[in-house]
Amino acid sequence: MEVKDMAAGKQTEDEFIKKNIIVTSIDTVLNWARSNSLWPLSSGLACCSMEMMAAAAARFDISRFGYEVFRPSPRQADLLIVAGTLTWKMAGPLKRLYEQMPEPKYVIAMGSCANSGGPFADSYSVVPGVDLILPVDVYIPGCPPRPEALIQGMLELKRKIQNPDVGRVDEYDATNAE
Amino acid sequence: MNMTQQMLSNEALQSLQEKFPEGMQIIGEGAQQAIVVEDQYLLDMMNMLKNDAAYQFNMLSNLTAVDYLDYLEIIYHLYSLPLLSTVTIKTRCLANQLIVPSVTAIWPSADFQEREVYDLFGISFTGHQDLRRILLPDEFKGHPLRKDYKMPIQGERGA
Amino acid sequence: MLKTQTYTLNMGPQHPSTHGVLQMVLELDGERVVKAVPHMGYLHRGIEKLAESRTYTQFIPYTDRLDYVSSMGNNLGYCQTVEKLMNIEVPERAEYLRVIMTELNRIASHLLFMSSLAIDLGATTGMIYGFRDREHILDLFDMVCGARLTYNYIRIGGVMADIPAQFISQTQKFLEDFPEMLKEYHNLLTGNEILYYRLKDTAVIDGKLAMEVGLTGPCLRASGIDYDIRKVDSYGVYDRFDFRVPLGENGDNWDRYMVRMDEMVESAKIISQALAKLPDGPILANVPKVLKPPVGEMYHRIENPRGELGYYIVSDGTTKPYRIHVRRPSFVNLQALGPVCKGLMIADVVAILATLDPLMGEVDC
Repeated sequence: MEVKDMAAGKQTEDEFIKKNIIVTSIDTVLNWARSNSLWPLSSGLACCSMEMMAAAAARFDISRFGYEVFRPSPRQADLLIVAGTLTWKMAGPLKRLYEQMPEPKYVIAMGSCANSGGPFADSYSVVPGVDLILPVDVYIPGCPPRPEALIQGMLELKRKIQNPDVGRVDEYDATNAE
Repeated sequence: MNMTQQMLSNEALQSLQEKFPEGMQIIGEGAQQAIVVEDQYLLDMMNMLKNDAAYQFNMLSNLTAVDYLDYLEIIYHLYSLPLLSTVTIKTRCLANQLIVPSVTAIWPSADFQEREVYDLFGISFTGHQDLRRILLPDEFKGHPLRKDYKMPIQGERGA
Repeated sequence: MLKTQTYTLNMGPQHPSTHGVLQMVLELDGERVVKAVPHMGYLHRGIEKLAESRTYTQFIPYTDRLDYVSSMGNNLGYCQTVEKLMNIEVPERAEYLRVIMTELNRIASHLLFMSSLAIDLGATTGMIYGFRDREHILDLFDMVCGARLTYNYIRIGGVMADIPAQFISQTQKFLEDFPEMLKEYHNLLTGNEILYYRLKDTAVIDGKLAMEVGLTGPCLRASGIDYDIRKVDSYGVYDRFDFRVPLGENGDNWDRYMVRMDEMVESAKIISQALAKLPDGPILANVPKVLKPPVGEMYHRIENPRGELGYYIVSDGTTKPYRIHVRRPSFVNLQALGPVCKGLMIADVVAILATLDPLMGEVDC
C-alpha cells in the first residue's frame, strides 16, 4: 500500500524530461544568441548617423533589445549599419571595414542614400546604393528614418537570423546586383 | 555696440579707382555691386585693401568661382571688422588659360577655398603652397563644376 | 648616437571621435604631434552641381542635408538669399517664427556639441543627458513640420506651415525646464575636475591666429574677437531682440566649450522674447509658384551654430540657378587643425576636434 502511495506523487520520466530539458539543434541556439546581441560597428557616414545615435540614446534605447554595444573596431563587431550617403571615395575604406569584420556578419542599409543613392543618386561622386559594394540584409527606407524605424529594421534582421532558411542567398553574385 | 555692415561707400570706391586707373571696373549697383580687376593688378589691390588704413579688410569671407563658358570668374567677398564694411572683388581668366594669382600670402584663410576651386574647376593659383585636390579622390579625372563636364556612364564611374 | 623617428598614425575616416568621415594623418614623435594633416571629401556629394539641375524650391531639402544638425539655419540662409535677390518681403509672423525655430535649433546643435564632447573625452553619461534633452526640442519640431532632423520648414517667402495651438505652451514649458537642465550639465561636466584639466589651456588659438586661419562663429568668439553676424548684419528681425554675445579670453578648449554653453542661455532668452511678441498674420508672402529670379547674383550670410554660413547664388533668369556656392563654416574652420595640433598629445587632438565642432556633411558639401 505505501509503495503505491509514494509512486502516485512522482512524475513519470517523460513528463520530467518535457519540463526540464529542451532538445534543439546547435544552429538554433547559436542563432538565438547572435540575434539577441548584435554588436554594431559605429560607422555613421552622414545625417542618418544622428538618428542612429538617437536610437542608442535614452528615449529610444536599443539597449532593451541587446544592441547597444557599439564597437569602434570592426574586428569586434558583427553588424555594419551603413547610415548615410556612400561616396566613391569612401567606398574603398567601407569595403575594407566589411572585410575586416569576422563571420557571421550582417549589413543594414539605413536611409534612402544607402538604399539607392537617395536625393544624390545622379551626382558624380555618390554610389547609387550600397548594395553595389556590399551584400545587404535589411533595407530601411526614410530620409532619415526615425529611430523607431531603425529598431524595426533591426528586429527584422533578428527574424532573418533566427530563420535562416527563409532569408538565405546561396551565392552572392556581385555582377547581378546592377 | 555693433552697427550694421555697410557696402563700401562711393567716395572710397572713387579713390580706389584713382589708384588703379586701368585694370579696374565697377559693375552692378546696390547689394550686387562688385569691382572687376585684371589679374596682373589683383595682388596689389588685395594688399592695399587689407593693409591700407582706409579699407582694413582683414577678413576674406568667401572665395569661389563661376564658369561662364568663355571665361571663368573668381569672386572674393571681403569684410572689414574694424570699419564694418564689405566689398566684392572679381577677377576673370579665360577658359583655356586657367591661371590666377593666389591670395594666400595676404589672407592665409584662402587656403582650403582655393584648393576647392582648383579641385572643382581646374583653376591653378600661382603661389599657393599646396595646390592639390581636397574634396574629390586624387585619381578623379576632370573638374566636375565646369559646364562642359560629362559624367562617365555607370560602369566607369568612381576611382 | 641616438636617433628618433616620427611615426605616422592614421585617424582614419571611420573613427569614433572624428565627428563623421574625417581622416587625420598625424605624424607623432612619441605621444606628441609633429604634423597634422586633415583629409576630407569622404562625404562629397556634389550638392553644388546638383543645384544646377533643380529648381530654387527643390534645392531647399538639399540645404537641410549640409549641416544636418542645424537644418533650420541652413534653410534660413538660402531662403534669405533668394528673397534678397528677388526683393521679396517676408511677413512679420513668418520672421518671428523663423527666429524661434533657428534659435531652438541653435540650442539643439549646442546640446549635440556638448554630448559629443562628453563622449569623446570618455564621459558617456554626458552624451545620454544631452540627447535626452535634445529630444524635447525635436518633439517641438516634429509638431511643427513633421520631421526630426531635416526640416525643410523655412521656405522662400516665409515658412511652410503655421504653428499648432500647443506649440507655444510646450515651448514655454521647455524654456521653464531649461535652466534646471543646464544646472545638471554644469554639475556633471563643468564642475568636473578631469574635464577642466583636459580642456583648460589646451589647443590655444589666440585672436591673431584665429583671424589668419579664417575661424568664424563660437570658435572666433572664444578667442576674444567680438563678431556675431546676428549683431553685425542684423538679418531678419534680430535687431528687435535683446541678447548678449558671450566671449572667451584665451581661445583654449575650455573657452570654446563655455562660449557655447553660454550661447544656449542667450538663445533661450531670444526665444522667450519672440514668443511674447509673436504677431498675427500670414506666414508666407505672395510668391509665384514658379520662381524665376531676375538675372544677377547675391551673397548673403547668417550666423549658424558653427560659424558664418554664406550662400552665393548666380541667377540667369530661368527657374534653375546658374550656380550656387555654399560658404561652409566648418570647411574653413578646419584650417585651424594644421597649426593648432603641433605639439599636442593625441588625447588633446580628440579634444580640439570636438571643440572646433566640425560637421562633415558641411565640410564636404
